[in-house]
Parts: sequence; C-alpha cells; structure tokens
Amino acid sequence: MKPLKLIGLAFGASLALSTAAFAQDITVAVAGPMTGSESAFGRQLLNGAEQFVADTNAAGGVLGKKLKLFVGDDACDPKQARSVAEKIGSAGIPFVAGHFCSSSSIPASEAYADSNVLQITPASTNPLFTERKLKNVLRVCGRDDQQGVVAADYIVKNFKGKNVAILNDKTTYGKGLADETKKALNKAGFQEKMFESYNKGDKDFNSIVSRLKRDNIDLVFVGGYHQEAGLILRQMRDQGLKTVLMAGDAMNDKEFASITGPLAAGTLFTFGPDPRLKPTAKAIVEEFKKKGVDPEGYTLYTYAAMQVWTEAVKKAGTTDPEKVMKVIKAGEWDTVLGKLAFDEKGDIKAIDYVVYKWDDKGNYAEIGSGKGT
Amino acid sequence: MDYFFQQLINGLVLGSIYGLIAIGYTMVYGIVGMINFAHGDIFMIGGFIALITFLILVSIGLTMVPVILLLVLLVAMAVTALYGWTVERIAYRPLRQSFRLAPMLSAIGMSFVLSNFAQVSQGARVKPVPPIITGGYTLHDSGNFAVQLSNVQIVVVATTIVLLAVFSYIVARTRFGRDMRACEQDQTMAALLGVDVDRTISMTFVIGAALAAVAGMMYLLYYGLVDFFMGFIAGIKAFTAAVLGGIGSLPGAMLGGLAIGLIETFWSAYFSVEYKDVAAFSILIVVLIFMPTGLLGRPEVEKV
Repeated sequence: MKPLKLIGLAFGASLALSTAAFAQDITVAVAGPMTGSESAFGRQLLNGAEQFVADTNAAGGVLGKKLKLFVGDDACDPKQARSVAEKIGSAGIPFVAGHFCSSSSIPASEAYADSNVLQITPASTNPLFTERKLKNVLRVCGRDDQQGVVAADYIVKNFKGKNVAILNDKTTYGKGLADETKKALNKAGFQEKMFESYNKGDKDFNSIVSRLKRDNIDLVFVGGYHQEAGLILRQMRDQGLKTVLMAGDAMNDKEFASITGPLAAGTLFTFGPDPRLKPTAKAIVEEFKKKGVDPEGYTLYTYAAMQVWTEAVKKAGTTDPEKVMKVIKAGEWDTVLGKLAFDEKGDIKAIDYVVYKWDDKGNYAEIGSGKGT
Repeated sequence: MDYFFQQLINGLVLGSIYGLIAIGYTMVYGIVGMINFAHGDIFMIGGFIALITFLILVSIGLTMVPVILLLVLLVAMAVTALYGWTVERIAYRPLRQSFRLAPMLSAIGMSFVLSNFAQVSQGARVKPVPPIITGGYTLHDSGNFAVQLSNVQIVVVATTIVLLAVFSYIVARTRFGRDMRACEQDQTMAALLGVDVDRTISMTFVIGAALAAVAGMMYLLYYGLVDFFMGFIAGIKAFTAAVLGGIGSLPGAMLGGLAIGLIETFWSAYFSVEYKDVAAFSILIVVLIFMPTGLLGRPEVEKV
C-alpha cells in the first residue's frame, strides 16, 4: 500500500501545483502541424506564438497576468485536430491561434464553438472556414476564392494560348484552391487542358509527369502542399520537362527549396505581400533575426492573430470569448501586419495576394501584385 | 508508343523499390511463417542511415559520387542489418514457441517502436537531400514526346537486378541457402540434421533488413527525401506485392513488386491518378480469388 499512497500524494500535489499555475496565468493555445510532413508550417506558427508570448510577458502581460502557451499538435490530420480542439476546450483555454491546414481548422472550429473558445487562424485559407456562420472564428489571412483569382489573373496574362494543367491533393485546402483557380480561369475564358488529383503523401509522381509531358503542358498549377509540389518539380526536371510549377500559399517555407535544390528557380506561388517587409513588422523581424529565426510565411500572421486577441482582451477587460469577439469585430487593430479590421463573417476586410517567384539560391521574392476581388 | 515506354520505365523503377522491400517480407514468412510488420520501418531506418552516412561523408569532404554511393550502400546495409538482427533477437525469438499470433503482435509493436524512435531521435520533419545523381538520357525523341531515362532510374534498376541475382544465388547455391531452405521445410528435422536453426533465422532477418536498407537508400536517391512515417505506406505496398507474388517465394516478391508498380503507373497514365491504389488492390483481390497462393506461391496447408 505504501508506494500507492505515495503515488497518490504525488499526484495530488502535482494537481494542486498545476491549478495554482492556472490561477495566476492566462493560458492561450497555438495549434498546428508540429509533426508530420507539414511540420515546417507548424514551426512557423509556434515561432510566432512563442515570440508573442515572450514579448507580451516582458511588457507586463495582459490584465496584470502573464500569458502561458499551450501547444497543440494536429499533424495536419482532421481527427487529431478535433481531439486537440476538445482538449483545449476542456482545459478552459479561452483563445487558440490555429490551425494551419484548412482540413484541421474546419473540424476543430466546431469543437471550439461547442466549448466556447475563440479561434483565429493565421493560415487556413479555405473559404468554408468563415462561411459556416460560426460565432467564434476569425482569420488574419486571405481566402482561396481571392487567392485563386490572383493566380488565374497571372496565368491568363502570362500564359495566354499555352497549355495549363491543374492538380490537387484532395485535401480541403488543395482541392479548394484548385477549384477556385479553375473557376477563375474558366471565367476568363481560359480552359485548362488537364484537371487531376493525387493523394497527399504520395512520393511517386512520374506517371502524372509523363502525362504532363504528353500533353505539352507549359504550366502546372498545384493545389497542394510544398512537399508534394517539390517532388512533382523534381520528377518533372528528371523527365526533361521545362514546365513551370505554380502553387498557393503553402509554398512559403524555405523547406521547399531544400527538397528541390536549385531546381526551385522559376517556380511561382501566391501569398500575401511579404509580411517581413511591412514597416509595422520591422522591430519584430529584427528580434527574430537575433534569435536566428527567419519569420517567414505565417510566422508574423500568428503573431498578429495573438496581438488582435490580446489588445481586444485589454479593451474588454475580460477573456470571455463572446465579449472579446464583439470587441474585435467592432474595432480596428494595429498589428505587425498593419491595421486589421474584420467583417461580420470573421474575414479581414482588405486582402491582397501577390505572386512570388523562387530563385536558384533558395529564396523567393514578390514579382507583381494583383488585387483580389 | 513513346508515352507507353516512358510509363513502362516509371513503373519498372517504382516496382523495383517495392520488390526490394517485398523480398524481406517473403523471406521471413517463408522461414518462420510470420508476417514481419516491422519490415516497413526497417526500410525507413535504412533510408535514415543512408541519409546520415551521406551527410557525414559529404561533410568530411568526400566529393566523388560513386565512392560516396558505394560507402553509403555498405554502411546502410550493415547498420540496418544490425537493426534487423536485434529486432528478431529481442522481439521474435523469445516468442517463437508461443502461439502463432504472438510474434505478429510483437512485430506490430516493433513497428511503432521503430517509427517513434526515428521520430524522437531524428525529428518529425521531412529530411530532404538535394538531387545527388542528376542527368539522364533521351532514348527516343519523336518530336513531341521524348522518352527520358534518368541516371537515378538506371542506378535503381541496376542495383535491384544485381542484388536480386546475388541473393538468389545465395539461397539456391550456398550452404547457408540450403540451411535456409531446410528450415523453411521443417525446423525440427533441420535441427536434427545439424542445422543451426536460430542462426539461420537470424541471418534471414539480417538479409531481409540489408535489402530493405538498399531499398531505403534507393528511395532516398530517387525521391530525395525520407521521413519517419514513410515505412508505413511503403510497407503496406510491399506486403501487398509479396502476397500478390505468392508469399514465401523470392522471385514472386520481385514479380509482385513490379506488378504493383506497373499497375499503379499505368492506371494513373491512362485512367485516373486518383484511383491508382484502388486499382492495385482490386487486382490483388482478383488474383487472390483465382490463385489463392499468389502468382508464384506454393500451397502450404498448416501455416497462416
């Protein structure tokens, strides 16, 4: 009996400790694919969130309390996302910045709605996220029905009369983006020559690549994530194709170039105007650089998502999600991304997408902009 | 026609990799009658060891690609073989006299152990390498379609053929091969006649793991990345290949691997990419209905 009693005591003591910690801090969550093939993006979210929590606590915290970060890993898997969401909900955490994959954010948002958690996604671009009349969701990034239009604009302007193929990975994000791009292309009177889907996680794309070769495809638009896009690019070059690859915002991580090496040169993708170049982000970008972190992609979006919430909490004087949401939607917020304001659905009001191009050194830069409508 | 040849090349290369992994399943099944579910993860470990060796060799300043590749191959085979031996020693041998499902459950457990070990020790991120073997040949150019054979594809297929020849020779012609075939038929009788059964079984796992390491390295060269969860899908495909070819048969495994690779490729080439796995598994079902022991398998009554 003795060891059992000891364990019981230890268990009780640790419970007491953790509840004590709860009373003094406000726990906020960041959730995304911390493991798995999309973990590069989970890392972006985590970097942004950790930096924000450190900065806020250094400046005295929120409502006189310190912020504490809970990290949820969904591995870009809808089932795991749902269970992470339930965990966050039952821990009484009032706010989550996440998730990354649209296929995670959407099922998770329902669990958050049930347990009254305010969710701001820094990165999920599928329109459906804010289209389901949920009261607890916001996003600080754009939507695929805007992203697709910008991609289609670029294709129509630069690939007139050429052959275009559209591929997608059947995920909520990939399929959604491919569909929106196709819709916008067709509206402009442009007909794609091929529309196919593959399985996310596939490694062998040689068969599709040979099809692209047979159909003399000049540009392939990939609605999918960077790993598969990188493999498609490598296998295209192996088979001697010069086809240009274009994709969406899930390409904004240097990991893409580490998969393709110098072959990345010329690859295009759409994303919001580089957040690192915004004047409002200058000081924070410096801080990241000091730590040796490149705040690329959605890092600063995550920072901004947490900024919006924290400022609103300060104004509302409470962390109660419903009240905070009201305050957020009524106001305009200064963030590292500039001023953000939200519409009734929870989307940001001014959305810009621009086209980026990779070079052979593993960097990417904006090449032109086009306003989404 | 050119298009057909290009897809044939694609399918053969993919099939070679499946085949190399499938041999490990089939050899183990042949000798101890169990399905080694950890084999896919041994393949993954092989890929990681190839990657690590490659990075070490490059960082100490070696630049000759053929020398690097040969060293990587040898190190990966040796270290992965050690993993194969260890797995057999700690997870299967103690259960050999136990009921039939015990080693299989233990294998599933081992599969989790290995993939989690890789995740914890190597990180959860995908590990890419820049293209190592580049270039290739244009076999035939009809003007609008050029059939390309890349150097990596040549390396993959050539390595597979050489290794398959070597191991077929070992099984068919050497003393050790005879021991293996004896244990496969009747372990008690083989032991009575002076065959060291434990050692033979260990060596079978070692060979299977070494071939999986080769497959892992080919995978790394061909696709340019490894991750800790790649063993699962590849393992399932290779296991399917082994069953299709007739589990227990060495040439069957290779044939099954090629068949799965070709079916997947041609299905995506002429029908839809989306349903390539469905096509591969449907054909497996059809084959098993008409040939329950697979393409080259022999009927075995008492083993499951």
